[in-house]
Amino acid sequence: MSIRANMLLGAVAAAALVGGSAFSAHAADTVKIGLILPMTGGQASTGKQIDNAVKLYMKQHGDTVAGKKVEVILKDDAAVPDNTKRLAQELIVNDKVNIIAGFGITPAAFAAAPLATQAKVPEVVMAAGTSIITEKSPYIVRTSFTLGQSSTIIGDWAVKNGIKKVATLTSDYAPGNDALKFFKEHFTKGGGQIVEEVKVPLANPDFAPFLQRMKDAKPDAMFVFVPAGQGGNFMKQYAERGLDKSGIKVIGPGDVMDDDLLNNMGDAALGAVTAHIYSADHQSKENKEFLAAYEKAYNQRPGFMAVGGYDGIHLIYAALQKTGGKADGDSLIAAMKGMKWESPRGPISIDPETRDIVQNVYIRKVEKKNGQLWNVEFETFKDVKDPGKTKK
Amino acid sequence: MASMPDMSEHATRAARWRPAEIVFWLALLACGFLFPSRYLIMTEILRLGLFALSLDLILGYAGIVSLGHAAFFGVGAYSAGLIALHGFIPEPVLALIAAGLIAAVLGFFTSFLVIRGVDLTRLMVTLGIALLLEALAEKFSDITGGTDGLQGIVIQPIFGLFAFDIFGKVGFFYNLAVLFVLFLLARCIVHSPFGLSLRAIRNNPLRASAIGIPVNRRLIAIYTLAAFYAGVAGAVFTQTTALASLDVFSFERSADLMLVLVLGGTGYLYGGLIGAVVFKVLQDVFSSITPQYWMFWIGLVFVVVVMIGRERLHRWVMWLPHRVVQQFGRKASAAVSGGDAS
Repeated sequence: MSIRANMLLGAVAAAALVGGSAFSAHAADTVKIGLILPMTGGQASTGKQIDNAVKLYMKQHGDTVAGKKVEVILKDDAAVPDNTKRLAQELIVNDKVNIIAGFGITPAAFAAAPLATQAKVPEVVMAAGTSIITEKSPYIVRTSFTLGQSSTIIGDWAVKNGIKKVATLTSDYAPGNDALKFFKEHFTKGGGQIVEEVKVPLANPDFAPFLQRMKDAKPDAMFVFVPAGQGGNFMKQYAERGLDKSGIKVIGPGDVMDDDLLNNMGDAALGAVTAHIYSADHQSKENKEFLAAYEKAYNQRPGFMAVGGYDGIHLIYAALQKTGGKADGDSLIAAMKGMKWESPRGPISIDPETRDIVQNVYIRKVEKKNGQLWNVEFETFKDVKDPGKTKK
Repeated sequence: MASMPDMSEHATRAARWRPAEIVFWLALLACGFLFPSRYLIMTEILRLGLFALSLDLILGYAGIVSLGHAAFFGVGAYSAGLIALHGFIPEPVLALIAAGLIAAVLGFFTSFLVIRGVDLTRLMVTLGIALLLEALAEKFSDITGGTDGLQGIVIQPIFGLFAFDIFGKVGFFYNLAVLFVLFLLARCIVHSPFGLSLRAIRNNPLRASAIGIPVNRRLIAIYTLAAFYAGVAGAVFTQTTALASLDVFSFERSADLMLVLVLGGTGYLYGGLIGAVVFKVLQDVFSSITPQYWMFWIGLVFVVVVMIGRERLHRWVMWLPHRVVQQFGRKASAAVSGGDAS
């Protein structure tokens, strides 16, 4: 029994250790960014892309801006919202970060929102794409995209291009429901018909049973939204079930044709038409440089998540430049509002009213160039705002 | 019991409070004042400790293995979330008890499935129940919020006096109080004749029934009680974080719980608490050093702990304190080295 008594004392000692490590120094000449990303678990690819992009940007532009040293503290929340909340709180209270950033999934961005408001710390959302996120706190700014931006446009495009019957397959969580809602609205308003509506669980990437139902419904095309990282698996099962040969085209927001996975999808992906905010094939000087640098550094093609991270860190740099190094929440948010710049994805800006991103949406088709698959852009919709807010 | 004086004397002695236990609880309380910047992680540790205590009740005392204990945690979490969201019971402590009772009802009904099998079937059944509930929570997304979780939970102040703050101070002390009360209850129960009969069942169910212990009834009772504990742990989770999402049912949660208990040891109530401290501290340290690969290191540590053996590892850690105690060389040292030899 006394061994156990000793173990109690051991536990006490261990607890004292963890508490002791909590206190860290804080320098006034440093701007600290708490980067909270899913680095493990199902959404890990999102986290890795953003982390890579942020590191790349800081390598290219140095770690000093307006006389302040920028320090990024990376934390892994494994896409579990209560982790996100705890990490955000500890970063704000203990590490005294000036900005929190990242947020791989919508619930994670939600969980941190009250903290951003209470602590007046800007929350830069680099990935999560549900429309309502930026309304959860006046300190939230987004540099990724919203599902509404791409889904409305692909809905209109489908109507105009003779697609009459569509079956939908979307992940059953807030962004997926956003995508479905906006697509359906625009597609049915134009006279299209939804013949089958399937929602797949987010955490269960086995699409086979759902794909069979799609096939039986015999639509002209299927509208697909799965989050970044699941597209490869989806297209594999799409080909295995022979849907590529049955003439059912894939359309949707571009998440399913994520650039970092596209090349491994095989020829089944050829001809898929998606609307999205970034293609690695985007023809501009900025993108060529970004693509080359990213591929060189990480031996992998960047996807839209990487661009979200790259633009996110750029926004922070640019805001610091504008405030002359003043890093309190209100100054930074004020500086970020209305910010405009040329990103690898094209021209983008931050809407001063909604703090959400305004950007071009491109319609792209998967084609083969030099033996590789690319999303080739063929139509551009300029300066698209989030339709979730413009409606109000 | 009168016919077995040895046994009853042994039981009374085991039930007596030892100084180390008092130090342990005082230290927990002290943590609340010493590390005001670490409330959230400490709250997480307490919550995991409470959850592990629940598993220890069935695993350590009744020998029921479970890989699906998150089922009750999840039911407690969602119950507390829904109760708060729809304002059924605004007072958190009452809501906590209600959520625990809902989990206990589920525990009662599923216990009939669990007592039927032996270890392997029990693992299957418990795992299955948790997965089933997770799927149900995902399916009925209009009630549970599906993958996005319950949004907009607002927890009212405790007794109308103490509001939950963003630094987690109230949450921590609330959690500590709940843990302490439930721990006292568990301590009474395991040292009662009922608790002793459970241990007899764990050691040999056949013999236990031969001396007149109603094996199944006892197992149902303790399983239901453990479900109550897990439900309360889940409810505390929702109340302190204002979140309830699908991962409350996840397999990882049940598996982590098993790890915690393996780390801390079963069958003496403190195992879960100590395991929770060690587990969370390791996780926190590793994931802040390497956010991407911390799982590798934590896995490595677990393998090493199991290979070396907990008791031996512990002896190494306590070598220095022993020396200190021996310097003072009194009765205390005799007791400690006596423990070492066993």
